[in-house]
Amino acid sequence: MNMLLSPAADMLLIPIAAAALLAAIPFYRLSAWINVLASLATFVAALALLVWPTVPTGHLIQVDDLNIVFLLLNALIGFTASLFGKSYLAHELETGRLLPAHLRFYHAVYQILMCMMNLALLTSVAGLMWVAIEIATLATVLMVGIYRTHEALEAAWKYFILGSVGIALALFGTILVYLAAQASVGAGLAAMSWSTLTSHAAHFDPAMLNIAFVFLLLGYGTKAGLVPLHAWLPDAHAEGPTPVSAILSGLLLNLAIYAILRFKIVLTASHATIAAGPMMMTLGLVSVLVAALMLYRRRDIKRFFAYSSIEHIGIIAFAFGLGGPLANFAGLLHMTMHSLTKSGIFFTVGHIVSIKHTQKIAHIGGLTISHPRLGWLFVACIAAIAGLPPFGVFTSEFLVVSSAFMQNPLLAAVLVIGLLISLGALFLRLNDIAFGEPKGSLTPNKMSYFPELVHLALVLAAGIFIPSQLASWFQHAAKLLG
Amino acid sequence: MIPLVPDIAHFLAGLLVLLSFVQLYQSRLPPLISIFAAQSLALATFVAWQAQIQHAPHLVITAGITLIFKVMIIPLALHGLIRSLKIHRTVETVVGIGPAMMTGMALVGLSMALMMRTSAAVDVVVREDIAFALSVVLLGLLMMVTRRNAVSQAIGFMSLENGLVLAGTGAKGMPLVVEISVAFSVLIAFIVVGIFIFRIRERFDTVDIAVLDRFRGERP
Repeated sequence: MNMLLSPAADMLLIPIAAAALLAAIPFYRLSAWINVLASLATFVAALALLVWPTVPTGHLIQVDDLNIVFLLLNALIGFTASLFGKSYLAHELETGRLLPAHLRFYHAVYQILMCMMNLALLTSVAGLMWVAIEIATLATVLMVGIYRTHEALEAAWKYFILGSVGIALALFGTILVYLAAQASVGAGLAAMSWSTLTSHAAHFDPAMLNIAFVFLLLGYGTKAGLVPLHAWLPDAHAEGPTPVSAILSGLLLNLAIYAILRFKIVLTASHATIAAGPMMMTLGLVSVLVAALMLYRRRDIKRFFAYSSIEHIGIIAFAFGLGGPLANFAGLLHMTMHSLTKSGIFFTVGHIVSIKHTQKIAHIGGLTISHPRLGWLFVACIAAIAGLPPFGVFTSEFLVVSSAFMQNPLLAAVLVIGLLISLGALFLRLNDIAFGEPKGSLTPNKMSYFPELVHLALVLAAGIFIPSQLASWFQHAAKLLG
Repeated sequence: MIPLVPDIAHFLAGLLVLLSFVQLYQSRLPPLISIFAAQSLALATFVAWQAQIQHAPHLVITAGITLIFKVMIIPLALHGLIRSLKIHRTVETVVGIGPAMMTGMALVGLSMALMMRTSAAVDVVVREDIAFALSVVLLGLLMMVTRRNAVSQAIGFMSLENGLVLAGTGAKGMPLVVEISVAFSVLIAFIVVGIFIFRIRERFDTVDIAVLDRFRGERP
């Protein structure tokens, strides 16, 4: 009974119960509603976590300043994506791209995915986090391949193989961390908890810990889509259903970053090891530059924004690699802003694609004339992701760049060049899509703009004013990162 | 400790590395599957031996899963699979056996050099097992990049995973080993079922750039 009252446990129990229920219900209209309600309930539990962060006794679950940021973001976007998915999937059902049986499968897997992402964030044990991320990966593979077209299967298979290799390397890294820790922490579940690992890190074998971090960075870096480990990401984004693209960009990439950060904390606590920061900064900068250049050659609208996600994950990895209170704060803020903006963009792109029946940018045009509301919403989304004021992405990118200038002006210059290159690509495509002669189908949009409006409103609000409570909360989390 | 005890563990771990090498130069699928089964059998024996010397009865579960799942069910399913896909007679063009073997040897040397340099704080016996495990992992990766057939890529992944189980069980007292091996078995089952349902023969059936461009959505 005590366990049911804890919001942390509820964040796991609600989705898993909903998944079992959804797998049993064949009526897709009802199951779409249950999916939304369960996601809302999970979001309420996440909010309750803010005022009541108690956890059930034991070593398996913990709530601290760092993971609560990720948990709230996860629950919020999980809820809005389920809301968007409800109308989007109903439309896919009408056009015959999906069957009711597919929807039943989709909803059950969606809740399993939510449960596993929450578990990966909540758990205090490194091994359990790995298991949760592995199952979350499997769930997304199933969702990416749901259209059963040749391209979708190819994308799912590629994602599956590359993701599996990534998590296999991450597991090897986890085992090596245990070996480095073994002499000072002993055996058993508690030995691998984050608090034990961090407090004993000074006594770990430094050489082993170094090798372990390289494996962890490559393994979880593959899941985060850092260049050159990003090959799966654009395909999976483009060929899966749009709500899944939003979840992939908004949440799953963050989860991989979270895993890297947890191990970075351990590495920082042990003074004898190599610095984790420069490796993350290098991967981050390479991601920003490569993705920014790649943006110019994309002809598919979802693939275009997938590359934009790689760019922003690069910025986030760079900020966390830089370290220090300001850069960590900026990294956390940018991660939050990017998740909200990018999933909002994918919702908007979902509307556009379902009107035009194509993902080719060349066949989409003049949206502001043919569909004024959708068109201007899209313009606002692009302005937000490009980092223009007054949106929150501007604030966070400004903080990242200025903290980089303080620590290393040369690297900051490279980052700014990458940002400017991507800005050019964004405006070029904005011009093609939003302005000019309307192209393609002109049927009006019947879906609600509510989910992306919520996201944009939050990003706008954060750009104008960050409440001091929120700022101090982020500062606490940044301090934890060292 | 009697010297024979770690020797048996090292013998079995070395056997896994050896069988990884044998997989590397197999160009036909049926023997490749059989060698994978033999490697899994060596792994099951290793895990059972570890359960004995570490006094860790839960490792018997991992050994049992390996024996039933990877020595029996998966190889049988794969044999049936390649028959139904009619690829059991095809000879795969391996990326030059010579270069592959040389790279493999370099990788084993690398993992030995890497692991032996770590300080003596780690148990010596464990350290050598981990060096073998890293070799198996890297050889599995090498196999995945040198093959184009989906089935042999899957076998490469599974032998990589054998290396991970070797590392996880060799590390004395590692928590959650059983849970992790169950999670991995689910992953492998997915791979095999995936190949079967979607009839994936090769990752890209053609080297025609135009087709790849269409798939990547680069064509306007």
